[in-house]
Amino acid sequence: MSFLEYRVKTAPTGFSKVFALNWALVLVVTAVAAIGWLMLYSISGGRLEVWAEPQMKRYVLGLVLMFVIAFTPIWFWRSMSGMAYAISMILLLIVEFFGTVGMGAQRWIDLGFMRLQPSELMKVTLVMALASYYDALDDKKISRPLWVLVPVALIVAPTVLVLMQPNLGTSIMLLVVGACVMFAAGVSFWYFGAVLALVVGAVASVFLSRGTPWQLLHDYQYARIDTFLNPAADPLGAGYNIIQAKIALGSGGWAGKGFMQGTQSRLNFLPEKHTDFIFTTLGEEFGFVGAFSLLILYGLILVFLIWAAVQNKDRFSQLLIIGVAVNFFLYLAINLSMVMGMAPVVGVPLPLLSYGGSATLVIMLAFGLVQSAIVHRLR
Amino acid sequence: MKRVARDSEASARRVTRRALLLGGGMAAMFAALGYRMRYLGVEQADEFRLLAEENRINMRLIPPTRGVIHDRNGKVLAGNEQNYRVVMTREDAGDVETVLNRLSHVIPLTRSDIADALDGLEKNSPFVPITVKDRLDWEEFSRVALNAPALPGVTPETGMSRVYPRDTDFAHVIGYVGPVSEKDFEGVENPDPVLRIPKFQIGKIGVEKWLEDTLRGEAGTKRIEVNHIGRVMREIDRIEGTPGADVHLTVDAGVQNFIQARMGEESAACVMIDVTNGDVIAAVSSPSFDPNLFVRGISNSDFRFLMDHDHRPMANKAVQGAYPPGSTFKMVTALAALEDGAITPETTFRCPGYYDAGGRKFHCWRRGGHGPVNLERSLMESCDVFYYETALKVGIDKIAEMGRRLGLGQRHDLPMSAITEGNMPDKAWKLERHKAEWRIGDTINASIGQGYVLTSPLQLAVMTARIASGKAIKPRLVRAIDGQEVPVEPAESIGISTSNLTAVQGGMVAVMNGKSGTARSSRIVAEGLQMAGKTGTAQVRNISAAERAAGVISNDQLPWNRRDHALFVGYGPAENPRYAVAVVVEHGGGGSTAAAPIARDALLRAIYGAVPPLEAYPSDQRGRMESLLNGLVLRGDDGRLPPASDT
Repeated sequence: MSFLEYRVKTAPTGFSKVFALNWALVLVVTAVAAIGWLMLYSISGGRLEVWAEPQMKRYVLGLVLMFVIAFTPIWFWRSMSGMAYAISMILLLIVEFFGTVGMGAQRWIDLGFMRLQPSELMKVTLVMALASYYDALDDKKISRPLWVLVPVALIVAPTVLVLMQPNLGTSIMLLVVGACVMFAAGVSFWYFGAVLALVVGAVASVFLSRGTPWQLLHDYQYARIDTFLNPAADPLGAGYNIIQAKIALGSGGWAGKGFMQGTQSRLNFLPEKHTDFIFTTLGEEFGFVGAFSLLILYGLILVFLIWAAVQNKDRFSQLLIIGVAVNFFLYLAINLSMVMGMAPVVGVPLPLLSYGGSATLVIMLAFGLVQSAIVHRLR
Repeated sequence: MKRVARDSEASARRVTRRALLLGGGMAAMFAALGYRMRYLGVEQADEFRLLAEENRINMRLIPPTRGVIHDRNGKVLAGNEQNYRVVMTREDAGDVETVLNRLSHVIPLTRSDIADALDGLEKNSPFVPITVKDRLDWEEFSRVALNAPALPGVTPETGMSRVYPRDTDFAHVIGYVGPVSEKDFEGVENPDPVLRIPKFQIGKIGVEKWLEDTLRGEAGTKRIEVNHIGRVMREIDRIEGTPGADVHLTVDAGVQNFIQARMGEESAACVMIDVTNGDVIAAVSSPSFDPNLFVRGISNSDFRFLMDHDHRPMANKAVQGAYPPGSTFKMVTALAALEDGAITPETTFRCPGYYDAGGRKFHCWRRGGHGPVNLERSLMESCDVFYYETALKVGIDKIAEMGRRLGLGQRHDLPMSAITEGNMPDKAWKLERHKAEWRIGDTINASIGQGYVLTSPLQLAVMTARIASGKAIKPRLVRAIDGQEVPVEPAESIGISTSNLTAVQGGMVAVMNGKSGTARSSRIVAEGLQMAGKTGTAQVRNISAAERAAGVISNDQLPWNRRDHALFVGYGPAENPRYAVAVVVEHGGGGSTAAAPIARDALLRAIYGAVPPLEAYPSDQRGRMESLLNGLVLRGDDGRLPPASDT
């Protein structure tokens, strides 16, 4: 769509954009963030200044960012997609070679007021790049091999860089988000079927070859995979975190031990309790009721997003919203399954709850883009 | 521009369709997550709640207070005292070395104290308190408390530790406690968890060991909340334990102390038994050692001194020493023969100074011989030949049987360590032990308590008590536990006819009071308190024919460890026996000179309940006894020794 078309079809302008925003989404997102502040306050033993307050400030900053992006026309963002993707790639390359070492992996750039993780940024800019690519692509070419290879390259390039950091969680997210956008754009099922079959075949052959003369990996590599997949086998090492997390969640029971009463978090049995494992404190202190409520709020956000995508008639906007939705879903799905012992531990934060700047700001930025798409949609 | 295709309805519908497909996938995942939450938080909740509690709550044991051991009059033999110590935690101290340095100006710390403390602080978590110095006195303790502001991380603490106020007097009876060692767990099923408390002390020998279960008590528990590194956050609740039961022994601290002092530096042992009920009044082994040293952790040099001492202070000679009884055994031979009918009290043998057993000469201690000797005279003058003849008439098996009836050759069950069985040989024993026939010479040797016969002072005291009472007295050491009197079974008759018993008792009275009694010099002259006894001198070497020809070397000229053991058994008062006593002085020479006086004084001390008055002694001995008795350094009622005088 061109600027002209928008003028013709009348998208809201000026102050009236405020009414076009999806305020319900803003409200739910804020509610989820508030749960995060509550938990951070509890984990720090009732002190605001440790984690809760900085996180609030970041959220407010993110909210402002969201509004600014939301009120900027979506076609501007579409035209910026290629640029954004390029900048993200450059930043990724910078952290690859000059990045500060943090958490054992080169992941972030120190901007002074915050630490920027280009890999987080990439989750959104990749979606923008793919969405604009398919927006520009002729419908008939979508499933042609040559035109499939372009987005595949766009996806694989940052994925490889992130994997080298090494950050398995984010690489998986980039891969799956990219694939989902391609899927939504209409790429033939056959490609996905083929890739899926290939992956399943590879994994199966790696595992089936174990113990046979044509074993594909070394024994120690299998041992590593074992601990990765089943940390409970190593209760004092890799399994400690996950066992303590499950104890915290389970001991919360139906209604939890009460606000600031969680023994697991208060007595420090829980690892990473303010970042990746923040959900365990929620489960411990507010029980199944609290945990399930959060799940419903997350579900609500996703329903809003999918609904916004379905309602929108602009393909860039649709794909963008779908990409953001998938992104958001992957954050929480990976984090929750890992915390609840359903998946191996990979470093993925719980969106809007985990303490941390990059993820929060990137999520708010993404919601800004979604809101922009909602505000400037064709009516 | 080809806008149409991209904006076509069909294209938008496809995207919508696929978006809904993705949404469906998400919904499925949400269902799985929700189900998992329910599984963890609802279905498995109880299990995880338990695990969370296990994480958070630690059980700690509160060590019980050990039972106090009293003597028969309630005097404390083993008690507990406040122990002041200084502990330090690394995280509160900050600069550990500076603080330790400052502390060394407040209380004396050796270089190794500081090194140990630094080591302990280094190796443990920063919040674990490490004991820097133990057993401070009150003054040092309060100095530390006073200087607390300058000593961050340093805390003065109090604890309980075992103390033996009558240090050397009861070392062998009471024993001592020490830290639990791995050996203490060996062969024990379900060991008391209290043993796992660091620095917990249990009885190692003596009463402390044998009455361990009674004295220990039961540990209390407290539940504490800990965090992930084990730091104690708070105490949740506590259940107080049961303190150990107090024990009252039959021993008399005053008598024990008197005998200990009276023995001086001799390597000797003395056991005194109440003839009426078997109460062990005293069980002394000299020289002794201070059990408090072991509680505190004995220094290497002190330990070496005790182990290398030729008088063996660590050995409890009263119950574990096995000595040939010498002539104190003659009552056994006599009673066996009398009961057998082999002799009567009037039977007379002629003693030419030796007995010729088929060419081999067995000598009497009096070279010139005693001439005609009957039972009374044989005891009074301790004629050996009389017993050679008697023993050959009655035979060893009857003698051994009588010895066992009188308490020899068996382990008396007292809560003390290493109680010996001694040895009461007979034909069967020699066949089994030495694979050899019993010979006439063996009987002759045994008849006067030499050869294979071995007895402990405890056994000799029991034997004497049984002769004095005619009853099968059993020794006992524990009088009451936790205020409950331990019942005494009335002793049964020993089954020896009164006339025979009286005859032997008469001989023993003559030993002390007869004109030629071997222990006449140790007689008691106080009205009604005359005692009965028997001396013994046990050879610890063989006298060769050459030596005999050259004239037997007197004991004084021999090196200490080759001299004869001096023995004495006796009871008193002879008319109405109350106490039986046995004394062994290792390498003390003759029983009449080395052992009998100690036994007499011990008996008098027990009868009078105080240091005996001089009237009890023969008039010619009073001067010497006065200075001897006054020279004894005795403990006061509180167990303390009087301050040393400057004279």
